[in-house]
Amino acid sequence: MTMRISTFFYTLRQGAKNIWKNKMFSLASIATMSACIFLFGVFYSVVVNFQNVVQEVESGVAVTVFFVDGTSQEQIDEIGEQISKRAEVSKKVFISAEQAWAEFQKIYFEGAEDMAEGFTNDNPLANSAHYEVYMNDISMQEALVTYLSSLEGVKEVRSSDIAANTLTDFNRLIGYVSAGIILILLCVAIFLISNTVMIGIAVRREEIAIMKLIGATDYFVRAPFIVEGILIGIIGSALPLTVLYFMYRRIIFYVAEKFRWLSSMLEFLPVDKVFATLVPVGLILGVGIGFLGSSLTIRKHLRV
Amino acid sequence: MIKLENVSKAYAAGIPALNDVSLHIETGEFVFVVGDSGSGKSTLIKLLLKELEPTSGSIVINGQRLGNIRHRDIPRFRRNLGVVFQDFRLLKDRNVYENVAFAQRVIGMSVKSMRRKVPAVLSMVGLAAKYKSYPRQISGGEQQRVAIARALVNEPKILLADEPTGNLDANNAWDIMKLLEEINQRGTTVLVVTHNLEIVKTMKKRVITMKKGVVVSDERMGDDNED
Repeated sequence: MTMRISTFFYTLRQGAKNIWKNKMFSLASIATMSACIFLFGVFYSVVVNFQNVVQEVESGVAVTVFFVDGTSQEQIDEIGEQISKRAEVSKKVFISAEQAWAEFQKIYFEGAEDMAEGFTNDNPLANSAHYEVYMNDISMQEALVTYLSSLEGVKEVRSSDIAANTLTDFNRLIGYVSAGIILILLCVAIFLISNTVMIGIAVRREEIAIMKLIGATDYFVRAPFIVEGILIGIIGSALPLTVLYFMYRRIIFYVAEKFRWLSSMLEFLPVDKVFATLVPVGLILGVGIGFLGSSLTIRKHLRV
Repeated sequence: MIKLENVSKAYAAGIPALNDVSLHIETGEFVFVVGDSGSGKSTLIKLLLKELEPTSGSIVINGQRLGNIRHRDIPRFRRNLGVVFQDFRLLKDRNVYENVAFAQRVIGMSVKSMRRKVPAVLSMVGLAAKYKSYPRQISGGEQQRVAIARALVNEPKILLADEPTGNLDANNAWDIMKLLEEINQRGTTVLVVTHNLEIVKTMKKRVITMKKGVVVSDERMGDDNED
């Protein structure tokens, strides 16, 4: 449907007027929407930062693959190639028997290197060549271990199930809890916007009746209320996102200053990286809730 | 122009508001519909505006059978009808000009069209000088003139007036009727629902009398009111 520019601006003005005429309810809607988007932003920032930490930890969790005694280097290379083909594998490192022994000596014979001399020509870890396999996604560990165990020439696959399961479970829990809280808040926001628009419709009932008699289309009658909902959504998401932006910056600055000892364990994602996703998602969410809240109400209360 | 054939309208489980009404109003006619309250006059206006659907019978306006008009085409249909009410129904937060321009706005006319048509129609109803006034700042008669200007600005073929003088004193009522007659003389079909029998008698137009939902008389009282 085509729309005149003047009609477009008229609709925008009417939408803004609705908000103004109905200040208290609009304010309540904007406040709830702001709270909703603010909490969403907080959860999002916590979750992405936590995921970042988890990823750091996960990237250090490796599966170790040992070979059947007497496996040739060629076979080992072939196994290596098969491992690399797996999507969940981010990196694999080959540790030869010599490297393993050297590492062992470094750890266990430190300061008493002569004790290891006796093994010079007889590597006690002769069959300990192995791959250390690192993953993109630790939840895939079980499947990977099953696959690796099935490969020919593989004697044993060692993995840390506890580390993998704990991290995956914790990650999932945070996801569920935040999704649950956000969902409840979204429902409250939709309900409040719907209420605001309903009051707006009641206030303008006479005008709507006149419009209908003069020959206004459904679209013309409804558009200002949709605009009202969307404007509430935009204001209600832009405000908390701005506050969050400055808060986040302050917090990472503060933590970096006051809790230096934490920096080895916890590194915050840079503000721009977090907000590059958070801003568009927050705005779309706000506009979406505004649109949904108003269009649901119009459908129900503005039969034209 | 307006044709009702055996039209009945019954509200839920009640006595029919209209009972087997047949009417034929030609293009360019000026017609009064009179009757006591409860006679079915307002139901008739609502049926003509397609605010209500008849229980039975058919209504044809400007060649369009109302029963065949789809919901989404109702706005376009209504643009051929101008409507005036007893309580004026002006937007109180807008001035005279904006109230009239609103009718143009609603049907998507350009600002240029508004600037051309609104002053012309306001001048026709004698309110050109008061275009900046708000409804509360003008008299009842003037408010009704604004409502008439709003009804006319989109150049409808038919003007429906539901008790247009009901809230006015005798002088203002008479002025409004004169204005409606002038509009009729310019070619617009005018249908006035009223219970002001004094005006009806003086105007000497076609008068349809209704009682309890039935047309009890349909008389042509002459074309002139030059007395």
